[in-house]
Amino acid sequence: MIRFVAVRLLQTIPVIWVIVTATFFMVRFVPGGPFTAERAVSPEILRNLQAHYGLDRPLWRQYLTYCDSILHGNLGPSFKYPTRTVNEIIAEKLPESIQLGLISLGVALVIGLPLGVLAAVKRNTWVDYLCSSFALVGVCVPTFVMGPLLILVLAIHFGWFNASGWYGPMDRVLPSLTLGLVYAAYIARLTRGGMLEVLSQDYIRTARAKGASEGRVILKHSLRGGLTPVVSFLGPAIAGIVTGSFVIETIFQIPGIGREFVNSAFNRDYTLVLGTVLLYAVFLISMNLLVDVVQVWMNPKLKFE
Amino acid sequence: MPTPSLADMTRRPWRLAAFLVPVALLLGCGKSSPSTGTAAAPTAAPAHVRQLLRFGNNAEPQDIDPQVVTGIPESHIIQAIYDSLVDLDPKDLHPVPGLAQSWDISADGTVYTFHLRPNLLWSDGSPMTSEDFLLSWKRMISPRLGSEYAYLIYNFVKGAKDYYEQKITDFSEVGLKAPDARTLEVTLNSRTPFLLAIIGDHYAWHAVPIKVLLKYGSLDDRSTPWTKPGNWVGSGPFIVKEWIPQVKLSVVRNPYYWDAKNVKLDEVDFIPTEDIPAEERMFRAGQLDKTQEIPDSKIDAYRRDHPEQLRIEPYLGIYFYRCNVTRPPLNDKRVRRALALGIDREELVKNVTRGGEAPAYAVSYPGDAGYTPVAKITGTREDARRLLAEAGFPGGKGLAPIELTYNTSANNKQIAEAIQEMWRRNLGVESTLVNQEWKVYLDNQHSHNFQMQRSGWIADYADPHVFLEIWETANGNNDTLWSNPEYDKLLHQALAAPTNEARYAIYQKMDAILCDEVPVIPIYYYTRPYLMTTRVKGYWANVLDIHPFKDIYMAP
Repeated sequence: MIRFVAVRLLQTIPVIWVIVTATFFMVRFVPGGPFTAERAVSPEILRNLQAHYGLDRPLWRQYLTYCDSILHGNLGPSFKYPTRTVNEIIAEKLPESIQLGLISLGVALVIGLPLGVLAAVKRNTWVDYLCSSFALVGVCVPTFVMGPLLILVLAIHFGWFNASGWYGPMDRVLPSLTLGLVYAAYIARLTRGGMLEVLSQDYIRTARAKGASEGRVILKHSLRGGLTPVVSFLGPAIAGIVTGSFVIETIFQIPGIGREFVNSAFNRDYTLVLGTVLLYAVFLISMNLLVDVVQVWMNPKLKFE
Repeated sequence: MPTPSLADMTRRPWRLAAFLVPVALLLGCGKSSPSTGTAAAPTAAPAHVRQLLRFGNNAEPQDIDPQVVTGIPESHIIQAIYDSLVDLDPKDLHPVPGLAQSWDISADGTVYTFHLRPNLLWSDGSPMTSEDFLLSWKRMISPRLGSEYAYLIYNFVKGAKDYYEQKITDFSEVGLKAPDARTLEVTLNSRTPFLLAIIGDHYAWHAVPIKVLLKYGSLDDRSTPWTKPGNWVGSGPFIVKEWIPQVKLSVVRNPYYWDAKNVKLDEVDFIPTEDIPAEERMFRAGQLDKTQEIPDSKIDAYRRDHPEQLRIEPYLGIYFYRCNVTRPPLNDKRVRRALALGIDREELVKNVTRGGEAPAYAVSYPGDAGYTPVAKITGTREDARRLLAEAGFPGGKGLAPIELTYNTSANNKQIAEAIQEMWRRNLGVESTLVNQEWKVYLDNQHSHNFQMQRSGWIADYADPHVFLEIWETANGNNDTLWSNPEYDKLLHQALAAPTNEARYAIYQKMDAILCDEVPVIPIYYYTRPYLMTTRVKGYWANVLDIHPFKDIYMAP
């Protein structure tokens, strides 16, 4: 297993290099730059600004400098926020996104898993229809509808929460509910599908034939296998959920990394674009690796190779 | 005013320019406000009310270094935590003493001498001297800092441009001097009648605490931690207490401020509210006392249900269509004029923008520092059709569709669609609409890669010069490729004119040229609609968005 992980980690190096290189050049070829403004910056001022950030040097030199600096763990200065570095911005915003992501994930699992199992066990009954309808609605209603809806009812009408903002524990409730419900819906659907497949297997019939209780059949024999699709979904989902959701962070005015990810592209904040892309890539790759490890552990048919 | 950010490309409506003054009065001292026209300012705020203002401030500030930032959200914070030499009275925008208690202007108008108040202190209690100003100005025009507003000093001050371009390296040759600890002397290239308007409105002329700055780097370093909470020191009525990025920036009273006894608020929370619908919901949930904007779709509802919370301030800016005068058929001024005449502006502001904007028939802003343009682009539809026919396109025949570009925003789209329909109906002219992302659109603007483009211009200070200087051939913001030697000559004559009357007479000629040549098609003058609770008092409406925080207080 150690060998498996080590090989996979080595494989990620070229992947990350390709991502960084592609992003570096793509963002430079987009029209407009960090200092393109409605009020045209005079040529002499622009020259000085570009000199300050090293943008006056040939692109390949800038690329090499950037590669060198990320190897030293330095993601460079932000163009939009002159006194902050990309490292500082990520250090400031990522924990908030992780916090929101983990709570949402908790909400998603607590709601999604039982619903999925219930739907599978009570297949084709009203319980199943109810759970499946919930899942369908959850998948279909976008967060930018669900979020404002929850705010209108729970924050403005009943006044139980702030409409937006990120001050205390109560401000975590609505955003994580909004984000969690979407994932709960996916998880419920995947759990139902996975469980149905497992429940029709021979070994489940054997277990039942040997007189195992229904609870034991489900929790002990089926769940581990039934959750395989959920686990493969969770890998990229966790990477996505903890690196921030632009929509949720905007609706609820949360100081997370998801907004920086999108706004940095609008601002042509080159270093921040690269920093957030790199962060997302690393997260995604690590989560996929983690999923592979967990899946081998969950599914005896798979082996590390 | 600083460069508009993403969210503020969509400017909104207002009604007749004639309403401007009454509106200002109504908003400033309306029925809900106890401070009516006669009372200057309340002596003290009610003691039992918590003096906290929660201020929706659109985007997260870039920074709080006035010599580095460029945006409108930053300008609000800077209004609270720095003071300038000269302040502008929020009611009528005339210059009043700020950190300078008085000033003298030489007879030829080229030398300004400012006398600082005695015993001025920074917010750490250390003395503030003319040296702070002098070195701040030096920092502003040092090329290494790369300040985007450096031109607000070097365009006017003698020798400053040469210093910025490093043609001279000796700062003592620049027309900025501090003869003693309380005196500042500014020598200008020519009479610049609006210098006080610039200093009063724009933070480019602010002083920064040089001693603090030098603790964290050299004078012209762009990115040092001197503005971080704990390090930062300022000169305004408030000081930074807490700054959590994207959550809030809180300021509290500065005990060392020269006018501290007249400061009424205890605290102002600047809350980033980038998402306009979310900002409105926060206001409704009681989390904000004032918003920066209001979603267009909510204006009618507030006008009906809560007119006392809806504020619409006139704003010194214009929404217009920019022509690339080198691209046929827009190289023919008859076509440009016909297109300008083909827009029903009254209908547009009434039915499309709907905030009651003033239709614009000239480039200059009516009533700007006492100047109202006489020339107007007016005529009937028949005039427009005749012009088109003269240009060889009778009834629009033979005219390829005009390509009209705008930056992504629902407002721009609706306006463009309405005008497209008006041109079709009134002139038989077809047009195609092209939507572009903000920076792509700007890049095309500055590289003249367009035929016709939606544009806007917000004044940095109140003077007709602002709206006229940009159409000079050499101006970096012209972007129409329109060039008129007579116009350029007049602009320089105006700056040298001995009196404002003489200067304004020249501006009238310039406006007449613009109305004749139509390099840009004026559409409407901006407003700033926003929401504010009736508890906020001492908040005066003006065209520059200047609202001294020391005047504001909360009623029960």
